[in-house]
Amino acid sequence: MITLTPATRKTLWAYIFLAVPIIFFAYFRIYPTLFAFRMSLYDWNPMAIDQEYVGLENYQDIRDDLGNPRSPTRKAFENTAIYIGLGVPIQLGLALLIALMLNEIRRLANFYRLLFFLPFVTSTIAISWVFRILFERQGYINSLLATFSLPPQPFLRSPDQALYSILVVVVWQGLGFAVIIFLAGLKQISQSYYEAARIDGASRWQSFRHITIPLLNPTIVFLVILQSIAFLRMFAPVYAMTVQGSGGPLNSTTTVVLRVVREAFDSNNMGFAAALTVVLFVIILFVTVLQLKLTTRQID
Amino acid sequence: MTAVQQQALAGQKRRPRAGRGYGAGYKVLSYILLTLLGLTMVVPLLWMISTSLKPLEEIVLPNFWPKRATLENYRYVLTETELPRWYLNSMIVAVLSTISVTFFDSLGGYVFAKFDFPGKRIVFLAFLSSLMVPTEMLIIPWFVMSANPIVGSTWVDTYWGIAFPGMITATGIFLMRQFMQGVPDELLDAGRIDGVSEFGLFWRIAVPLSLPAMGALAIFNFLGNWNAFIWPLIVTSKREMMTLPVGIQFFSTEVGSNWHLIMTGASLSLVPLLIVVIIFQRYIVEGIALTGLKG
Repeated sequence: MITLTPATRKTLWAYIFLAVPIIFFAYFRIYPTLFAFRMSLYDWNPMAIDQEYVGLENYQDIRDDLGNPRSPTRKAFENTAIYIGLGVPIQLGLALLIALMLNEIRRLANFYRLLFFLPFVTSTIAISWVFRILFERQGYINSLLATFSLPPQPFLRSPDQALYSILVVVVWQGLGFAVIIFLAGLKQISQSYYEAARIDGASRWQSFRHITIPLLNPTIVFLVILQSIAFLRMFAPVYAMTVQGSGGPLNSTTTVVLRVVREAFDSNNMGFAAALTVVLFVIILFVTVLQLKLTTRQID
Repeated sequence: MTAVQQQALAGQKRRPRAGRGYGAGYKVLSYILLTLLGLTMVVPLLWMISTSLKPLEEIVLPNFWPKRATLENYRYVLTETELPRWYLNSMIVAVLSTISVTFFDSLGGYVFAKFDFPGKRIVFLAFLSSLMVPTEMLIIPWFVMSANPIVGSTWVDTYWGIAFPGMITATGIFLMRQFMQGVPDELLDAGRIDGVSEFGLFWRIAVPLSLPAMGALAIFNFLGNWNAFIWPLIVTSKREMMTLPVGIQFFSTEVGSNWHLIMTGASLSLVPLLIVVIIFQRYIVEGIALTGLKG
């Protein structure tokens, strides 16, 4: 029998233990990633036997679409930017406010925390349908408006209101997660800072501005990045809340990922869709690198 | 304690300093605001349940609670639709991937935390880099792979086909690596001297010491897989293989204006989950705070 040195033995065991994960990541993550890059260079049609190499044509198509105000792709990028630009600050602002208040109270704190947390664990599809019906012309929200003598609103049926209606639902559902992360961040701030500030005669606003916000900064950066990426990948709520998952009315709510799914699986335009996902990947990569830069600067 | 912050919320710039337990006014304001905001969190869920109890003729009436509550909608959805089957499918997929993720992510985390071996950095970086690739980029290649007559024709409309993306996760491996670093080396070395096998060291020493982290990992993966939508939507075509979110989407589109049936389906899909979450609330909330994981 062969005797192995302890180091060789450990190496062997490490690879035995990692064998399944390595094969898994290689075949289901890394290979498909490279495959997506390759597909983006082809006029890939799942119905065809041979795929035609087109070089950067799909990327040129995206560029042309972005220059055309009427193209759904351009609309998708614009909408996604609005979802992020409005959704992230509103969601995090509300979540911080709620976390600060939850941190203030003692009695029933767990109960209130549960209220905000509940929507977060609900299925997006089921909850989107709940709101889709709440927003109907004869739905509950319009009957509430009627009790205040306000005119009924079209909400999801109007190209002007649909995006904001969907945004409300997404903010509503994701709020609890941000609240809990903020609460964890607040708990880590030592009380001694506040007491020192109080002794020095700082007002509460000054303490908030100069103690809470700076010390909460890593949490804020973490959440901004995480939620931005979540909004960037938005798909299910738009799919469930628009007629036949169209991202309508008139593409007014469509997102980049919705375009990807439509192009790839409805129009068999898989090369173009793959190119769109590469663009999405580059944006996420950029955001992630930005996070690494921002958080490492924090440590200095 | 954070009356400081409370002041900022109230927008009052200056207020005479009070002693410990100061700011009863802020507390009252907090309770009022929290109650109002909390109501907006639960009213849609209550409305969902109340509508599911309404008969057809009541669904467009403005009353919140049904005048004549009925369980007929539940009977209909549970016996006349495939919802029970979708439930079963979601359960199978979520349980399978949760077991797999908890085992393999812990094992992977353990190796990265406790072993030094050639190639560790490269393997680690390869796993790390996969974090930056969003699922949305992989669904098209996965779909093409699953249509491959040699390997993939067995993927479409199978539990494996639905579940495989969630079987092992890089996030989980990193999380478990952090935790496994806290397992004392002395304990492992002592076990080695006593002749415990390498797998025994992991299974009988490292795992029992990391159960809280594994619990958090398991819960989040269960929720994530239970609610997963985009890939199950693409990889299932037969109704009997749909998961709950995909089934709810199809069913709701079909019944259209029958709001009471849609709300019954939504209630059936959410309420059991909500009950579990309410019971395990503490654990889940601590898990999020601890790990920053999303469901």
